[in-house]
Amino acid sequence: MNNLDFSVVLQAWPYLWSGLVFSLALTAFAFVVGLVLGTCLALIQHFEVPVLGRLVRFYVALMRSIPLILVLFWFFFLVPIVLGHLGGSGRPVPIGATWTAFITFGLFEAAYYSEIIRVGLRAVNRGQFEACQALALSTFDTYRSVILPQVLRVASPIILSQTIILFQDTSLVYVLSLTDLLGAASKLAQLNGRLVEMYLLIAVVYLAISSAASQCVASLRKRYAIAGMRR
Amino acid sequence: MFAVLLEQTADGQRYIDWLVSGLGWTLALAFFGWWIAFAVGVIVGIGRTVQNRAIAALARLYVEIFRNIPVLVQMFLWYFVLPEILPVSLGNAIKQIPPPWGSFFPALVCLGLYTAARIAEQVRAGLEALPKGQVEAASALGLSGYLTYRHIVVPQALRLIIPSLTSEVMGIYKNTSVALTIGLMELTAQARQISEATFQTFTAFGAATLVYLALALIAYQGMALIDKAVRIPGTGPADDAVKPGATHAIQPIDSLPDAMEVVK
Repeated sequence: MNNLDFSVVLQAWPYLWSGLVFSLALTAFAFVVGLVLGTCLALIQHFEVPVLGRLVRFYVALMRSIPLILVLFWFFFLVPIVLGHLGGSGRPVPIGATWTAFITFGLFEAAYYSEIIRVGLRAVNRGQFEACQALALSTFDTYRSVILPQVLRVASPIILSQTIILFQDTSLVYVLSLTDLLGAASKLAQLNGRLVEMYLLIAVVYLAISSAASQCVASLRKRYAIAGMRR
Repeated sequence: MFAVLLEQTADGQRYIDWLVSGLGWTLALAFFGWWIAFAVGVIVGIGRTVQNRAIAALARLYVEIFRNIPVLVQMFLWYFVLPEILPVSLGNAIKQIPPPWGSFFPALVCLGLYTAARIAEQVRAGLEALPKGQVEAASALGLSGYLTYRHIVVPQALRLIIPSLTSEVMGIYKNTSVALTIGLMELTAQARQISEATFQTFTAFGAATLVYLALALIAYQGMALIDKAVRIPGTGPADDAVKPGATHAIQPIDSLPDAMEVVK
Protein backbone atom coordinates (compact mmCIF):
# COMPACT_ATOMS: atom_id res chain seq x y z
CA MET A 1 0.00 0.00 0.00
CA ASN A 2 3.08 2.20 0.19
CA ASN A 3 3.60 5.38 -1.84
CA LEU A 4 0.42 5.62 -3.83
CA ASP A 5 0.75 8.79 -5.87
CA PHE A 6 -2.44 10.12 -7.34
CA SER A 7 -0.81 13.30 -8.69
CA VAL A 8 0.07 11.41 -11.89
CA VAL A 9 -3.64 11.01 -12.36
CA LEU A 10 -4.13 14.76 -12.56
CA GLN A 11 -1.59 15.04 -15.37
CA ALA A 12 -3.19 12.13 -17.14
CA TRP A 13 -6.71 13.50 -16.85
CA PRO A 14 -7.10 15.00 -20.39
CA TYR A 15 -6.13 11.68 -21.98
CA LEU A 16 -8.40 9.70 -19.67
CA TRP A 17 -11.21 12.15 -20.42
CA SER A 18 -10.89 11.55 -24.16
CA GLY A 19 -11.03 7.83 -23.40
CA LEU A 20 -14.21 8.29 -21.39
CA VAL A 21 -15.75 10.33 -24.21
CA PHE A 22 -15.00 7.46 -26.59
CA SER A 23 -16.65 4.95 -24.20
CA LEU A 24 -19.74 7.14 -23.90
CA ALA A 25 -19.93 7.76 -27.66
CA LEU A 26 -19.72 4.02 -28.32
CA THR A 27 -22.45 3.40 -25.74
CA ALA A 28 -24.73 6.06 -27.24
CA PHE A 29 -24.20 4.81 -30.80
CA ALA A 30 -24.79 1.17 -29.85
CA PHE A 31 -27.88 2.19 -27.87
CA VAL A 32 -29.51 4.01 -30.79
CA VAL A 33 -28.54 1.52 -33.49
CA GLY A 34 -29.23 -1.45 -31.23
CA LEU A 35 -32.66 -0.21 -30.20
CA VAL A 36 -33.85 0.66 -33.72
CA LEU A 37 -32.46 -2.52 -35.24
CA GLY A 38 -33.57 -4.57 -32.23
CA THR A 39 -37.15 -3.33 -32.60
CA CYS A 40 -37.10 -4.39 -36.25
CA LEU A 41 -35.70 -7.82 -35.34
CA ALA A 42 -38.33 -8.24 -32.62
CA LEU A 43 -41.15 -7.32 -35.04
CA ILE A 44 -39.84 -9.73 -37.68
CA GLN A 45 -39.97 -12.52 -35.09
CA HIS A 46 -43.29 -11.32 -33.72
CA PHE A 47 -44.98 -11.45 -37.14
CA GLU A 48 -43.30 -14.80 -37.82
CA VAL A 49 -42.13 -13.61 -41.24
CA PRO A 50 -41.32 -16.74 -43.29
CA VAL A 51 -37.59 -17.62 -43.54
CA LEU A 52 -36.52 -14.19 -42.26
CA GLY A 53 -38.12 -14.89 -38.87
CA ARG A 54 -36.10 -18.08 -38.48
CA LEU A 55 -32.89 -16.37 -39.57
CA VAL A 56 -33.44 -13.61 -37.03
CA ARG A 57 -34.14 -16.12 -34.28
CA PHE A 58 -30.89 -17.93 -35.11
CA TYR A 59 -28.96 -14.65 -35.19
CA VAL A 60 -30.28 -13.62 -31.78
CA ALA A 61 -29.58 -17.03 -30.24
CA LEU A 62 -26.06 -17.01 -31.71
CA MET A 63 -25.23 -13.54 -30.41
CA ARG A 64 -26.52 -14.44 -26.98
CA SER A 65 -24.52 -17.66 -26.74
CA ILE A 66 -21.01 -16.57 -27.69
CA PRO A 67 -18.77 -14.19 -25.72
CA LEU A 68 -18.61 -10.57 -26.83
CA ILE A 69 -14.82 -10.82 -27.20
CA LEU A 70 -15.25 -13.59 -29.77
CA VAL A 71 -17.90 -11.50 -31.54
CA LEU A 72 -15.43 -8.60 -31.68
CA PHE A 73 -12.78 -10.90 -33.18
CA TRP A 74 -15.32 -12.23 -35.72
CA PHE A 75 -16.37 -8.77 -36.86
CA PHE A 76 -12.82 -7.49 -36.95
CA PHE A 77 -12.14 -10.30 -39.42
CA LEU A 78 -15.47 -10.45 -41.29
CA VAL A 79 -16.57 -6.84 -41.74
CA PRO A 80 -13.76 -5.87 -44.17
CA ILE A 81 -14.52 -8.97 -46.25
CA VAL A 82 -18.28 -8.34 -46.32
CA LEU A 83 -17.75 -4.66 -47.19
CA GLY A 84 -15.40 -5.73 -49.99
CA HIS A 85 -18.10 -7.95 -51.47
CA LEU A 86 -20.75 -5.26 -51.07
CA GLY A 87 -18.45 -2.77 -52.78
CA GLY A 88 -18.16 -5.17 -55.70
CA SER A 89 -14.38 -5.25 -55.75
CA GLY A 90 -14.23 -8.52 -53.79
CA ARG A 91 -11.13 -7.26 -51.99
CA PRO A 92 -11.31 -6.75 -48.20
CA VAL A 93 -11.83 -3.11 -47.24
CA PRO A 94 -9.77 -2.26 -44.15
CA ILE A 95 -11.97 -0.12 -41.91
CA GLY A 96 -9.93 -0.02 -38.73
CA ALA A 97 -10.68 -1.06 -35.18
CA THR A 98 -12.83 1.97 -34.28
CA TRP A 99 -15.43 1.31 -36.98
CA THR A 100 -15.31 -2.38 -36.18
CA ALA A 101 -16.16 -1.62 -32.58
CA PHE A 102 -19.07 0.66 -33.51
CA ILE A 103 -20.54 -1.82 -35.99
CA THR A 104 -20.05 -4.79 -33.67
CA PHE A 105 -21.65 -3.15 -30.65
CA GLY A 106 -24.60 -1.91 -32.70
CA LEU A 107 -25.32 -5.34 -34.18
CA PHE A 108 -24.54 -7.22 -30.96
CA GLU A 109 -26.74 -5.07 -28.75
CA ALA A 110 -29.57 -5.30 -31.31
CA ALA A 111 -29.85 -8.97 -30.41
CA TYR A 112 -30.21 -8.19 -26.70
CA TYR A 113 -32.66 -5.31 -27.16
CA SER A 114 -34.75 -7.35 -29.61
CA GLU A 115 -35.17 -10.06 -27.01
CA ILE A 116 -36.40 -7.52 -24.43
CA ILE A 117 -38.85 -5.99 -26.91
CA ARG A 118 -40.05 -9.38 -28.13
CA VAL A 119 -40.97 -10.36 -24.57
CA GLY A 120 -42.59 -6.93 -24.12
CA LEU A 121 -44.72 -7.48 -27.24
CA ARG A 122 -46.01 -10.74 -25.79
CA ALA A 123 -46.99 -8.99 -22.58
CA VAL A 124 -49.32 -6.48 -24.28
CA ASN A 125 -52.93 -7.10 -23.38
CA ARG A 126 -54.93 -8.65 -26.18
CA GLY A 127 -57.65 -6.05 -25.67
CA GLN A 128 -55.29 -3.42 -27.04
CA PHE A 129 -55.15 -5.21 -30.39
CA GLU A 130 -58.90 -5.70 -30.38
CA ALA A 131 -59.50 -2.03 -29.61
CA CYS A 132 -57.26 -1.01 -32.52
CA GLN A 133 -59.19 -3.36 -34.76
CA ALA A 134 -62.45 -1.83 -33.59
CA LEU A 135 -61.07 1.61 -34.45
CA ALA A 136 -60.12 0.26 -37.91
CA LEU A 137 -56.48 1.15 -37.48
CA SER A 138 -54.14 -0.42 -40.01
CA THR A 139 -51.56 -2.90 -38.73
CA PHE A 140 -48.86 -0.27 -39.20
CA ASP A 141 -50.77 2.35 -37.19
CA THR A 142 -51.67 -0.21 -34.55
CA TYR A 143 -48.04 -0.95 -33.86
CA ARG A 144 -46.68 2.54 -34.36
CA SER A 145 -49.22 4.45 -32.29
CA VAL A 146 -50.57 1.95 -29.80
CA ILE A 147 -48.51 -1.18 -29.24
CA LEU A 148 -44.87 -0.10 -29.54
CA PRO A 149 -45.20 3.00 -27.31
CA GLN A 150 -46.60 0.78 -24.57
CA VAL A 151 -43.94 -1.87 -25.06
CA LEU A 152 -41.13 0.69 -24.95
CA ARG A 153 -42.57 2.28 -21.83
CA VAL A 154 -43.06 -1.00 -19.99
CA ALA A 155 -39.66 -2.32 -21.08
CA SER A 156 -37.76 0.94 -20.51
CA PRO A 157 -36.31 -0.02 -17.10
CA ILE A 158 -34.96 -3.29 -18.54
CA ILE A 159 -33.73 -1.51 -21.68
CA LEU A 160 -31.89 1.06 -19.55
CA SER A 161 -30.39 -1.63 -17.29
CA GLN A 162 -29.16 -3.39 -20.42
CA THR A 163 -27.64 -0.07 -21.54
CA ILE A 164 -25.70 0.20 -18.26
CA ILE A 165 -24.33 -3.30 -18.91
CA LEU A 166 -23.53 -2.13 -22.46
CA PHE A 167 -21.56 0.81 -21.06
CA GLN A 168 -19.53 -1.60 -18.92
CA ASP A 169 -19.07 -3.97 -21.86
CA THR A 170 -17.54 -1.21 -24.00
CA SER A 171 -14.40 -1.75 -21.89
CA LEU A 172 -13.91 -4.97 -23.89
CA VAL A 173 -12.75 -2.93 -26.93
CA TYR A 174 -9.45 -3.16 -25.03
CA VAL A 175 -8.86 -6.39 -27.01
CA LEU A 176 -8.87 -4.31 -30.22
CA SER A 177 -6.28 -1.94 -28.63
CA LEU A 178 -8.70 0.98 -28.80
CA THR A 179 -8.40 3.97 -26.50
CA ASP A 180 -11.57 3.90 -24.47
CA LEU A 181 -11.44 4.74 -20.75
CA LEU A 182 -9.79 1.43 -19.86
CA GLY A 183 -7.55 1.52 -22.93
CA ALA A 184 -6.37 5.04 -22.07
CA ALA A 185 -5.63 4.03 -18.49
CA SER A 186 -3.75 0.93 -19.53
CA LYS A 187 -1.64 2.81 -22.12
CA LEU A 188 -0.76 5.48 -19.56
CA ALA A 189 -0.01 2.83 -16.93
CA GLN A 190 2.53 1.28 -19.28
CA LEU A 191 4.15 4.68 -19.87
CA ASN A 192 4.41 5.97 -16.31
CA GLY A 193 4.37 2.68 -14.41
CA ARG A 194 1.55 3.93 -12.17
CA LEU A 195 -0.65 0.95 -12.83
CA VAL A 196 -2.21 0.67 -9.37
CA GLU A 197 -3.38 4.28 -9.29
CA MET A 198 -4.64 4.16 -12.89
CA TYR A 199 -6.72 1.02 -12.52
CA LEU A 200 -8.10 2.01 -9.13
CA LEU A 201 -9.10 5.41 -10.52
CA ILE A 202 -10.97 4.09 -13.54
CA ALA A 203 -12.64 1.44 -11.37
CA VAL A 204 -14.03 4.30 -9.28
CA VAL A 205 -15.10 6.21 -12.42
CA TYR A 206 -16.95 3.20 -13.83
CA LEU A 207 -18.49 2.53 -10.41
CA ALA A 208 -19.68 6.12 -10.03
CA ILE A 209 -21.22 6.33 -13.52
CA SER A 210 -22.88 2.90 -13.43
CA SER A 211 -24.32 3.19 -9.94
CA ALA A 212 -25.59 6.73 -10.54
CA ALA A 213 -27.25 5.45 -13.71
CA SER A 214 -28.83 2.49 -11.90
CA GLN A 215 -30.22 4.83 -9.22
CA CYS A 216 -31.84 6.88 -11.98
CA VAL A 217 -33.33 3.76 -13.55
CA ALA A 218 -34.73 2.68 -10.18
CA SER A 219 -36.47 6.03 -9.66
CA LEU A 220 -37.72 6.10 -13.28
CA ARG A 221 -39.21 2.67 -12.76
CA LYS A 222 -41.28 4.00 -9.87
CA ARG A 223 -42.37 7.19 -11.65
CA TYR A 224 -43.25 5.97 -15.10
CA ALA A 225 -44.94 2.65 -14.43
CA ILE A 226 -48.24 2.46 -16.32
CA ALA A 227 -50.97 2.28 -13.71
CA GLY A 228 -52.55 -1.14 -13.51
CA MET A 229 -49.93 -2.83 -15.65
CA ARG A 230 -47.56 -5.27 -14.01
CA ARG A 231 -44.04 -3.93 -13.52
CA MET B 1 -13.11 -26.92 -43.80
CA PHE B 2 -12.08 -28.11 -40.35
CA ALA B 3 -9.28 -30.31 -41.75
CA VAL B 4 -6.68 -27.73 -40.78
CA LEU B 5 -7.46 -28.45 -37.13
CA LEU B 6 -5.91 -31.90 -37.53
CA GLU B 7 -2.63 -30.54 -38.87
CA GLN B 8 0.56 -30.57 -36.81
CA THR B 9 1.50 -27.44 -34.91
CA ALA B 10 5.04 -26.20 -34.32
CA ASP B 11 5.07 -27.82 -30.87
CA GLY B 12 4.20 -31.31 -32.19
CA GLN B 13 0.53 -31.24 -31.20
CA ARG B 14 -2.44 -30.79 -33.48
CA TYR B 15 -4.40 -27.52 -33.59
CA ILE B 16 -7.42 -29.32 -32.24
CA ASP B 17 -5.41 -30.13 -29.11
CA TRP B 18 -5.02 -26.39 -28.56
CA LEU B 19 -8.78 -26.00 -28.78
CA VAL B 20 -9.39 -28.87 -26.37
CA SER B 21 -6.93 -27.43 -23.89
CA GLY B 22 -8.64 -24.04 -24.21
CA LEU B 23 -12.00 -25.68 -23.65
CA GLY B 24 -10.61 -27.33 -20.51
CA TRP B 25 -9.60 -23.96 -19.03
CA THR B 26 -12.93 -22.41 -19.99
CA LEU B 27 -14.87 -25.23 -18.35
CA ALA B 28 -12.70 -25.26 -15.22
CA LEU B 29 -13.10 -21.51 -14.82
CA ALA B 30 -16.85 -21.59 -15.38
CA PHE B 31 -17.45 -24.64 -13.15
CA PHE B 32 -15.41 -23.67 -10.10
CA GLY B 33 -16.28 -19.99 -10.54
CA TRP B 34 -19.94 -20.93 -10.50
CA TRP B 35 -19.74 -22.61 -7.10
CA ILE B 36 -17.91 -19.62 -5.60
CA ALA B 37 -20.52 -17.34 -7.14
CA PHE B 38 -23.40 -19.47 -5.90
CA ALA B 39 -22.12 -19.77 -2.32
CA VAL B 40 -21.24 -16.08 -1.98
CA GLY B 41 -24.34 -14.99 -3.91
CA VAL B 42 -26.76 -16.88 -1.66
CA ILE B 43 -25.12 -15.49 1.49
CA VAL B 44 -25.09 -11.91 0.19
CA GLY B 45 -28.64 -12.27 -1.16
CA ILE B 46 -29.86 -13.40 2.26
CA GLY B 47 -27.85 -10.57 3.83
CA ARG B 48 -29.83 -8.06 1.77
CA THR B 49 -33.13 -9.23 3.28
CA VAL B 50 -32.26 -9.53 7.00
CA GLN B 51 -33.53 -7.08 9.63
CA ASN B 52 -30.03 -6.13 10.86
CA ARG B 53 -29.32 -2.78 9.16
CA ALA B 54 -25.53 -3.09 9.23
CA ILE B 55 -25.54 -6.49 7.52
CA ALA B 56 -28.11 -5.35 4.95
CA ALA B 57 -26.02 -2.26 4.16
CA LEU B 58 -22.84 -4.33 3.79
CA ALA B 59 -24.60 -6.75 1.44
CA ARG B 60 -25.94 -3.83 -0.60
CA LEU B 61 -22.45 -2.31 -0.78
CA TYR B 62 -21.05 -5.62 -2.05
CA VAL B 63 -23.65 -5.83 -4.80
CA GLU B 64 -23.21 -2.18 -5.84
CA ILE B 65 -19.43 -2.47 -6.09
CA PHE B 66 -19.18 -5.79 -7.86
CA ARG B 67 -22.07 -5.17 -10.24
CA ASN B 68 -21.09 -1.68 -11.33
CA ILE B 69 -17.43 -2.19 -12.27
CA PRO B 70 -16.85 -3.84 -15.66
CA VAL B 71 -15.67 -7.42 -15.35
CA LEU B 72 -12.55 -6.63 -17.39
CA VAL B 73 -11.56 -3.84 -14.97
CA GLN B 74 -12.16 -6.20 -12.03
CA MET B 75 -9.95 -8.76 -13.77
CA PHE B 76 -7.13 -6.18 -13.91
CA LEU B 77 -7.68 -5.23 -10.28
CA TRP B 78 -7.24 -8.83 -9.13
CA TYR B 79 -4.34 -9.55 -11.47
CA PHE B 80 -2.28 -6.32 -11.51
CA VAL B 81 -3.39 -4.27 -8.52
CA LEU B 82 -3.94 -6.80 -5.73
CA PRO B 83 -0.30 -8.05 -5.51
CA GLU B 84 0.87 -4.41 -5.37
CA ILE B 85 -1.33 -3.28 -2.51
CA LEU B 86 -0.78 -6.37 -0.36
CA PRO B 87 2.28 -6.51 1.97
CA VAL B 88 5.38 -6.89 -0.21
CA SER B 89 6.23 -10.48 0.75
CA LEU B 90 2.69 -11.73 0.15
CA GLY B 91 2.43 -9.74 -3.10
CA ASN B 92 5.69 -11.26 -4.33
CA ALA B 93 4.49 -14.73 -3.40
CA ILE B 94 1.39 -14.17 -5.55
CA LYS B 95 3.50 -12.95 -8.47
CA GLN B 96 5.64 -16.11 -8.19
CA ILE B 97 2.72 -18.45 -8.98
CA PRO B 98 3.73 -20.30 -12.21
CA PRO B 99 2.10 -19.26 -15.53
CA PRO B 100 -1.26 -20.90 -16.11
CA TRP B 101 -2.21 -20.80 -12.42
CA GLY B 102 -0.96 -17.25 -11.96
CA SER B 103 -3.70 -16.16 -14.40
CA PHE B 104 -6.22 -18.83 -13.49
CA PHE B 105 -6.65 -17.99 -9.80
CA PRO B 106 -7.20 -14.23 -10.23
CA ALA B 107 -9.65 -15.00 -13.05
CA LEU B 108 -11.45 -17.55 -10.87
CA VAL B 109 -11.81 -15.15 -7.93
CA CYS B 110 -12.83 -12.32 -10.25
CA LEU B 111 -15.54 -14.25 -12.10
CA GLY B 112 -16.78 -15.89 -8.90
CA LEU B 113 -17.22 -12.65 -6.97
CA TYR B 114 -18.57 -10.72 -9.99
CA THR B 115 -21.22 -13.35 -10.74
CA ALA B 116 -22.01 -13.62 -7.01
CA ALA B 117 -23.27 -10.02 -7.00
CA ARG B 118 -25.68 -10.85 -9.83
CA ILE B 119 -26.83 -14.06 -8.16
CA ALA B 120 -27.34 -12.18 -4.88
CA GLU B 121 -29.87 -9.92 -6.61
CA GLN B 122 -31.75 -12.95 -7.96
CA VAL B 123 -31.77 -14.57 -4.51
CA ARG B 124 -33.07 -11.37 -2.97
CA ALA B 125 -35.82 -11.14 -5.60
CA GLY B 126 -36.74 -14.75 -4.89
CA LEU B 127 -36.88 -14.15 -1.14
CA GLU B 128 -39.02 -11.05 -1.58
CA ALA B 129 -41.38 -12.84 -3.95
CA LEU B 130 -42.42 -15.32 -1.28
CA PRO B 131 -45.72 -14.61 0.43
CA LYS B 132 -45.38 -13.02 3.88
CA GLY B 133 -47.44 -15.83 5.39
CA GLN B 134 -44.47 -18.18 5.09
CA VAL B 135 -42.38 -16.16 7.53
CA GLU B 136 -45.37 -15.54 9.78
CA ALA B 137 -46.27 -19.22 9.89
CA ALA B 138 -42.66 -20.08 10.71
CA SER B 139 -42.61 -17.61 13.57
CA ALA B 140 -46.00 -18.90 14.78
CA LEU B 141 -44.37 -22.33 14.97
CA GLY B 142 -41.64 -20.82 17.15
CA LEU B 143 -38.83 -21.12 14.58
CA SER B 144 -35.90 -18.77 15.11
CA GLY B 145 -34.80 -16.36 12.38
CA TYR B 146 -31.98 -18.70 11.37
CA LEU B 147 -34.23 -21.77 11.20
CA THR B 148 -36.84 -19.83 9.21
CA TYR B 149 -34.25 -18.96 6.58
CA ARG B 150 -32.62 -22.38 6.67
CA HIS B 151 -35.75 -24.53 6.38
CA ILE B 152 -38.57 -22.34 5.09
CA VAL B 153 -37.71 -19.37 2.88
CA VAL B 154 -34.29 -20.07 1.33
CA PRO B 155 -35.21 -23.51 -0.07
CA GLN B 156 -38.37 -22.07 -1.62
CA ALA B 157 -36.64 -18.99 -2.98
CA LEU B 158 -33.86 -21.03 -4.61
CA ARG B 159 -36.41 -23.24 -6.34
CA LEU B 160 -38.25 -20.17 -7.60
CA ILE B 161 -35.23 -18.48 -9.16
CA ILE B 162 -33.76 -21.39 -11.12
CA PRO B 163 -35.10 -20.11 -14.47
CA SER B 164 -33.47 -16.72 -13.91
CA LEU B 165 -30.23 -18.36 -12.74
CA THR B 166 -29.95 -19.87 -16.24
CA SER B 167 -28.86 -16.52 -17.62
CA GLU B 168 -26.20 -16.26 -14.91
CA VAL B 169 -24.85 -19.70 -15.87
CA MET B 170 -24.70 -18.52 -19.48
CA GLY B 171 -23.12 -15.29 -18.28
CA ILE B 172 -20.28 -16.90 -16.36
CA TYR B 173 -19.20 -19.21 -19.16
CA LYS B 174 -19.23 -16.34 -21.63
CA ASN B 175 -17.27 -14.10 -19.26
CA THR B 176 -14.52 -16.72 -18.98
CA SER B 177 -13.27 -15.31 -22.29
CA VAL B 178 -12.33 -12.08 -20.48
CA ALA B 179 -9.55 -14.08 -18.78
CA LEU B 180 -7.61 -13.99 -22.07
CA THR B 181 -6.71 -10.37 -21.27
CA ILE B 182 -4.61 -11.55 -18.31
CA GLY B 183 -2.96 -14.27 -20.36
CA LEU B 184 -5.06 -17.35 -19.68
CA MET B 185 -5.18 -19.49 -22.85
CA GLU B 186 -8.87 -20.34 -22.75
CA LEU B 187 -11.05 -21.18 -25.74
CA THR B 188 -11.24 -17.75 -27.39
CA ALA B 189 -7.53 -17.13 -26.90
CA GLN B 190 -6.70 -20.52 -28.45
CA ALA B 191 -9.00 -19.77 -31.41
CA ARG B 192 -7.16 -16.50 -31.98
CA GLN B 193 -3.80 -18.26 -31.67
CA ILE B 194 -4.82 -20.88 -34.25
CA SER B 195 -6.03 -18.16 -36.59
CA GLU B 196 -2.70 -16.35 -36.26
CA ALA B 197 -0.71 -19.54 -36.83
CA THR B 198 -2.67 -20.89 -39.80
CA PHE B 199 -4.42 -17.80 -41.28
CA GLN B 200 -7.54 -19.99 -41.34
CA THR B 201 -9.49 -17.42 -39.35
CA PHE B 202 -12.88 -18.66 -40.46
CA THR B 203 -12.14 -22.23 -39.37
CA ALA B 204 -10.57 -21.25 -36.07
CA PHE B 205 -13.32 -18.88 -34.95
CA GLY B 206 -16.00 -21.14 -36.45
CA ALA B 207 -14.83 -24.09 -34.37
CA ALA B 208 -14.77 -21.99 -31.19
CA THR B 209 -18.23 -20.61 -31.98
CA LEU B 210 -19.64 -24.12 -32.42
CA VAL B 211 -18.15 -25.16 -29.08
CA TYR B 212 -19.65 -22.13 -27.32
CA LEU B 213 -23.02 -22.83 -28.95
CA ALA B 214 -22.88 -26.41 -27.72
CA LEU B 215 -22.01 -25.22 -24.21
CA ALA B 216 -24.93 -22.77 -24.27
CA LEU B 217 -27.29 -25.54 -25.33
CA ILE B 218 -26.01 -27.86 -22.58
CA ALA B 219 -26.27 -25.12 -19.95
CA TYR B 220 -29.78 -24.24 -21.09
CA GLN B 221 -31.04 -27.83 -21.20
CA GLY B 222 -29.32 -28.68 -17.92
CA MET B 223 -30.95 -25.78 -16.11
CA ALA B 224 -34.33 -26.65 -17.65
CA LEU B 225 -33.96 -30.22 -16.32
CA ILE B 226 -33.02 -28.98 -12.86
CA ASP B 227 -35.93 -26.56 -12.91
CA LYS B 228 -38.34 -29.32 -13.89
CA ALA B 229 -37.00 -31.62 -11.17
CA VAL B 230 -37.23 -29.18 -8.25
CA ARG B 231 -40.00 -26.78 -9.33
CA ILE B 232 -42.55 -26.07 -6.60
CA PRO B 233 -45.75 -27.74 -7.86
CA GLY B 234 -48.28 -25.20 -9.11
CA THR B 235 -45.73 -22.50 -9.90
CA GLY B 236 -45.24 -23.10 -13.62
CA PRO B 237 -42.55 -21.02 -15.31
CA ALA B 238 -43.89 -17.70 -16.46
CA ASP B 239 -42.37 -18.33 -19.87
CA ASP B 240 -44.60 -21.30 -20.61
CA ALA B 241 -47.62 -19.44 -19.39
CA VAL B 242 -46.96 -16.61 -21.81
CA LYS B 243 -45.95 -18.69 -24.82
CA PRO B 244 -49.45 -19.57 -26.02
CA GLY B 245 -50.25 -15.86 -25.75
CA ALA B 246 -47.40 -15.11 -28.13
CA THR B 247 -49.33 -16.44 -31.07
CA HIS B 248 -52.68 -15.40 -29.63
CA ALA B 249 -51.57 -11.83 -29.27
CA ILE B 250 -51.46 -11.35 -33.02
CA GLN B 251 -54.25 -13.77 -33.80
CA PRO B 252 -57.14 -11.40 -33.14
CA ILE B 253 -55.97 -9.20 -35.98
CA ASP B 254 -56.00 -12.04 -38.45
CA SER B 255 -59.05 -13.81 -37.12
CA LEU B 256 -61.28 -10.83 -36.43
CA PRO B 257 -62.24 -10.10 -40.06
CA ASP B 258 -63.53 -13.68 -40.32
CA ALA B 259 -65.55 -13.21 -37.18
CA MET B 260 -67.01 -9.97 -38.51
CA GLU B 261 -67.97 -11.62 -41.78
CA VAL B 262 -69.86 -14.22 -39.79
CA VAL B 263 -71.73 -11.45 -37.99
CA LYS B 264 -72.71 -9.82 -41.28
